[in-house]
Amino acid sequence: MTGRAQVAPMPDGRRLHLHHGPIDIVAEAFGPAEEISLAYRQAGDRFSTILDELVEELALLRQPITGAGVPVRGSVARRMVAAVWPHREVFVTPMAAVAGAVADEILAAMVAGRSLEKAYVNDGGDISLFLTPGQSLRAGVVADQDAPAIDGRIELAHAMPVRGLATSGWRGRSLSLGIADAVTVLAKSAADADVAATLIANAVDADHLAVRRRPARDLRDDTDLGDLPVTVEVGPMPRLTIDRALAKGADRAEAMRRAGLIFAAGLFLQGEVRVVGPLAAPMAIRAAG
Amino acid sequence: MSEEGAVVRCDACPVLCRIREGRTGACDRYANHDGRLVRLDPLVVTERADARVPFLEGAAEWSGALVREPQSFVTGIGASTTYPDYKPAPFIVGSQIDGIDMVTVVSEGIFSYCGLKVKIDTDRYLGPEQAAVRTGGEQVGHVTTAEYGSQMLSLGGVRHLTGGSKQEGNVTCQALLDLCNRKPVEVQIDGGSTVMLQAGAAPVVNGAREERMRVGCGSAAIGIFAKQWHGHADEVIVVDDHITGVLTEHQAGRFLDLPPSGIRVRGRKSTPGRYFQVAEPGLGWGGTHITDPLEIVEKINPKVAWPGLRLLMVSTTGEDAAWFVLDENLRPAPAPMPDPIAKVVDRIAENCEPALTTVMFMAGAGGSLRAGVTENPVRLTRSVKQALTRVTCGGAPVYVWPGGGITLMVDVTRMPESSFGYVPTPALVAPIEFTLRREDYAALGGHLGAILPVQEVLASARLRREPWREANPWPMEPGRVLERS
Repeated sequence: MTGRAQVAPMPDGRRLHLHHGPIDIVAEAFGPAEEISLAYRQAGDRFSTILDELVEELALLRQPITGAGVPVRGSVARRMVAAVWPHREVFVTPMAAVAGAVADEILAAMVAGRSLEKAYVNDGGDISLFLTPGQSLRAGVVADQDAPAIDGRIELAHAMPVRGLATSGWRGRSLSLGIADAVTVLAKSAADADVAATLIANAVDADHLAVRRRPARDLRDDTDLGDLPVTVEVGPMPRLTIDRALAKGADRAEAMRRAGLIFAAGLFLQGEVRVVGPLAAPMAIRAAG
Repeated sequence: MSEEGAVVRCDACPVLCRIREGRTGACDRYANHDGRLVRLDPLVVTERADARVPFLEGAAEWSGALVREPQSFVTGIGASTTYPDYKPAPFIVGSQIDGIDMVTVVSEGIFSYCGLKVKIDTDRYLGPEQAAVRTGGEQVGHVTTAEYGSQMLSLGGVRHLTGGSKQEGNVTCQALLDLCNRKPVEVQIDGGSTVMLQAGAAPVVNGAREERMRVGCGSAAIGIFAKQWHGHADEVIVVDDHITGVLTEHQAGRFLDLPPSGIRVRGRKSTPGRYFQVAEPGLGWGGTHITDPLEIVEKINPKVAWPGLRLLMVSTTGEDAAWFVLDENLRPAPAPMPDPIAKVVDRIAENCEPALTTVMFMAGAGGSLRAGVTENPVRLTRSVKQALTRVTCGGAPVYVWPGGGITLMVDVTRMPESSFGYVPTPALVAPIEFTLRREDYAALGGHLGAILPVQEVLASARLRREPWREANPWPMEPGRVLERS
């Protein structure tokens, strides 16, 4: 009995909830009521087959990307491959972009042919945005999932070249090679942000006794990371170690920013923050104090 | 080999993860625990705030103001359980409410003996009593005794879950799970209708959405409102797909000594003033296909009717109504409706409630589940019966049946979102909490050593915090638990 895709309104009556297996999405559209209801129907229709499509090509999508490319057919799978392609010099599989790519796909289905003011699709923290001129959306960033609090607020306006936002870290549901509590990336799509956040979070790293790692295979049987050591615990570390780890990640983020792959990034580790790119003030204020 | 044998194939979604002992699947929601597939949803805690603090949009930092801690109630959702329950329940939570030590035993029960009672607000014919109710061709339940204004289904139960084929069990389990989690489910009734069911939503019968419950059939409407029309109309015809009522022929009209009007409606006469099949079923007046009410008037007897006769035609929901006065040729001519008549038409509408599908989850918290609470399970049953122990499901109040055992019913719409899960047995997993005073817990042989302070549970477990549903009584009100009969 493999469960069906579930499409339902949230209890608040405003937002849409999409859930199937590991995919959990909250979406919201703004505009005339009739347009919103059509948009939600389109999103639900598109969502109904998305997991089955991904499962069909899962074996390919779990292979590290190389210069040879990956011959995938599904539209979400193609978004995943396109997003990881610029990063093919390092070890990365298209799965690094799966959440963001699903968010982008659902958003595209939701807004197609509709006249909405703005919309977002939040797939477990990887968010795809739609904004018309003059509109903006605000997002809060949570650095520590175990003690959720809003650690930063980002205002995303139509004029900014940002339509995707993603967060990665070792505390998240995906396995991480690095030790960042959270890395939040703004990019031109959620898929782009997703893979960048994963890779920057991997780069925030230090060899310290407080860091415990285990082979990915020990933690999850179907992982795409094989025997690579993934972080399972990060105890308190001295300030110097934290600074160095963040600097490594920030260097990586800065290189991506210069290559035009991301717009900005915020890196969080044990209360310290680094900001790369022109991020809005609140995160910087938080970083200072 | 043992390693191989311990792998569980999770079939909760198409990813079909192979999960080794002690691991979780890709979703982090299902895990292999002792070779069994278990759900690992976060524990749901509901919180009732004593004081509300204004939340400043864009406030940069936490104010740290002195707010009284919100009161927390740990639900069984995500608590997970062991089956059979040979160990204490996953969480036995101790907290102090107004100086009294309270204990809540929190668990997720695995229910093979469970099912749904579904009430569908419609007078439409859904199918004969005892007819099979199916999803995807498999029988998942049956039509049971109708109630006033509503049709009733009994779905699930141990015979469909585990007594039939594997396929029947799985389809039944999925249908119950979806209905309990407030998802829509379409059922087909043998010899009857196709109905779309969703808890708290309007039923959809053969593709037509039921918006309102009619006040009664056409005949019942005549019975209810005859006196209020008396003196203001000479004839009233209440148009209804089931039974159309004609006031002057009806018992209620005779009782008021109303003279016959000579207006004869189409259809098959049942008893005086009551007619079946005045028109085809449809989306027009009173569930018929007509949009011009005069279509159902077969003839007007010139020997009986008189010019100036005042005729009201109205549907059973009051949504459609028209006023006519017979002209010199005894033809009904439309006229402005007098106020006293319009008032009664509005009253019909006012008496029609929104049509809903309601889903009551019914289950027996039997044998072993009680062992998670106490070493002496029958004492828990007695304590529940004596109202010393309050039973809730996801914090929602339940009705406990009199007699033996703990057989309960709960309205799924009063429980948090996605409260239910399943195990491949197949059986449903539902949250259940028992709340009682600590001294009463000790008296019934409770697992006192397993009690954790509420703060510890809140600090340790993976939590999903939800606001308390104000319509539900707070389970830890000592007074409520202590009501003794």
